[in-house]
Amino acid sequence: MKVGIVAAAQSPFREYPEWRPQELTYLVVEEVLKKTGLPFREGYDDIITCSSDHWDGKTLSDIEHGEMAGAHLGPGEEKVGMDGANAVLLGYIKVLSGHADVVLVTAACKERDVLDPCVIENFGFDVTYQQLIGLDFTQAAALQAMSFMHKYGLKREDFAEVVVQMRRNGQANPHLFSQQEVSLNEVLGSEMLAYPISSLDKKAPCDGACAMILAKEERAKELTEQPVWIKGIGSCYDAHNLGDRDLADPEALFRAAKDAYRMAAIKDPKKEIDFFEISEHYSYQLLLWMEGLGLCERGESAKLLHSGKIGKEGGMPVNPSGGLLGGVPRYVAGANRVIEAFGRLQEKAKEGAGIKEPRVALAHGAYGPAGQHHCVIILERGF
Amino acid sequence: MARRAAVVGVGQTYHRARRPDVNIGEICTEAVRFALEDAGISIKDIDAFITGNMELFEGRYAQDMWQADYIGAVGKPGIRVTTGGTTGGTLACVAFETVASGIFDVVIAVGFEKQFEGDTRAGLKTVADPLWTRWQTTGAIGYFARQARYYMKQTGAPEEAGSRVRLRLAKHALRNPHAHLRLQLQSVEEVMKSPYLIPPLRQLDMCPTSEGACAIIVASEEKASRMARKPVWAKDWITVHKEGVYTRGGQHSVADLEMAAAKLFGRNGIKKPMAEICVAEIYAPSTWAELEWLEAYGFSKKGQAWELEEKGQFDFDREFPVNPSGGVVSTNPIGATALIRVAEVALQLRGDAGERQIVRKPTLGFSTAWGGSGWTVAHLLSATKD
Repeated sequence: MKVGIVAAAQSPFREYPEWRPQELTYLVVEEVLKKTGLPFREGYDDIITCSSDHWDGKTLSDIEHGEMAGAHLGPGEEKVGMDGANAVLLGYIKVLSGHADVVLVTAACKERDVLDPCVIENFGFDVTYQQLIGLDFTQAAALQAMSFMHKYGLKREDFAEVVVQMRRNGQANPHLFSQQEVSLNEVLGSEMLAYPISSLDKKAPCDGACAMILAKEERAKELTEQPVWIKGIGSCYDAHNLGDRDLADPEALFRAAKDAYRMAAIKDPKKEIDFFEISEHYSYQLLLWMEGLGLCERGESAKLLHSGKIGKEGGMPVNPSGGLLGGVPRYVAGANRVIEAFGRLQEKAKEGAGIKEPRVALAHGAYGPAGQHHCVIILERGF
Repeated sequence: MARRAAVVGVGQTYHRARRPDVNIGEICTEAVRFALEDAGISIKDIDAFITGNMELFEGRYAQDMWQADYIGAVGKPGIRVTTGGTTGGTLACVAFETVASGIFDVVIAVGFEKQFEGDTRAGLKTVADPLWTRWQTTGAIGYFARQARYYMKQTGAPEEAGSRVRLRLAKHALRNPHAHLRLQLQSVEEVMKSPYLIPPLRQLDMCPTSEGACAIIVASEEKASRMARKPVWAKDWITVHKEGVYTRGGQHSVADLEMAAAKLFGRNGIKKPMAEICVAEIYAPSTWAELEWLEAYGFSKKGQAWELEEKGQFDFDREFPVNPSGGVVSTNPIGATALIRVAEVALQLRGDAGERQIVRKPTLGFSTAWGGSGWTVAHLLSATKD
């Protein structure tokens, strides 16, 4: 059985002091339903929401998000408490299981409501060894970046070049928090957070939501003439204790990608996948995740970056949407990668889209300290 | 296409108010080990991990990250679902679905709660909407006192009706080695000596705060046939929400429970639930809730559950035993509580419930979860494949 994405909607990623998290969810639910003509609540068999109690500052954040998605005395609702790509994965499983024909998937987060993200992130570490030394996700990322640099002789300039290229791609993406280009020197000169990560190396915090409709083959074809099929999925945990990993080796990503490629019958991702939407919460991650996904040999990612091959017209485009660095809220991030891939597959012939007639795309979500959990989703244009 | 899914192993820790001997990872590992032993397989045979808990009760963020190292999830796929009190029920649904989808063959669902690591009441307080009702929240006790008052008023049940439920559950719990509270209660009068929390809700009407964990292993038909235990088949499951009760106030309602039962029983051809279902594990955090919800799920006519209780209809040696495990008022590690319901029904259907094995030979079982703003998850499990 095939499962397709039939429609998607995203709010612009901004600061929304006037709206509560669930109101952002409602905006995108309304929009995605309008696109498919499905009625609120009666139009779908299940709802997957994605949000965080900690970031919403509320136990059971899905009470509100579910309500806005039509869960009240309607289809069931389940909340995925991890990156949004996993909500898509669970939606896919729901349809495949035969328990739902049409599923509404939503994700939302208001990062700018949180005064001190370090506190939340610090509570994500084990109490005995890592929490007490005061780690947060940026410091974990810095450790990973350092070990990556040492292993392959990379420089801060390589990471800064990622920011430059991603922000350049992001200029054309109206959803991103910032569409501004930045120069290499601006990145290198921005405030140092934890060496080698400076503030422009880190994804800008912002608020936003997204929604999409998944459906089984027959229903998908009824709902749109341009369905995009989910061809493969993979997900994997890495070790939590940072000392138990070689941080320069994204083991979990190797495995998640392998599973997804096997399911989608992809032998050489470089040749068979037309473009990639990767979750780089920090600049160095784009390079490391490219290696993890098998886009190049180990240690060759910086060369690939400088070659211009991953540019929009370079033959193997990576993050033509601009990725996450310009500003996509966490939790929304992985689902946003899927939606960007879906959107570009749908607008295949559009002028200036950069990539000619793309057929297969990869979307990737990362979550946890130093990318402890990865989710890979392969999409294929169905028209 | 959709495949069948079966519960092939269950594991449960012992539950206490505090388990200072273990941390969160370790308590989950205990349950995982018991489940693997029960199924007669090793951690290598597990394809994916489904985990969850109440996020703000321990105050831990992204708990699955830390858990992964302990429960053997490193290098394996995993999904974390958190739906409040229903988390355990949702874990079971997702486990059934991942197997039914054909993506994974053998998965394990792990639910836990270690309430003294954090502050449950502080966590629960933030359930209420910050704009409208957070200032007046009283945690679960306020809600269930109001519910008890409402039930008494609607049905004319006397105050000892709740105590009678407690007496039954206390007797059941004495047969269950895993139960947290194993109280030697002899009479309704004894229960009624327990102090009021908020009238008419007494301390013994309410669930305890427990620490513990539960795990179930779910496998495809092909894999299940090669495992040690008799498989218990997941027949069907459903989730129905009732949202915003805290913001709208207004009338007390169990419309979602009624809807869940009507849909679930309707599509499985169950016309007389009390006769056709052999055993029920109902997630009810208070005795009064159990009475009202037995009616909502269709096991009694409206307003009569307390009379059936008086006649002992829900006792474990009768035709329709309810909560032979002792129920939620005996044991309540929240993130695991609903998963324990599924595990207990599976044990009953397998005939492996030991001293708490019901007298009737069960073929069809029913388990529920309750949580959030009053929403519910329900499962039908079957001893036979059809």
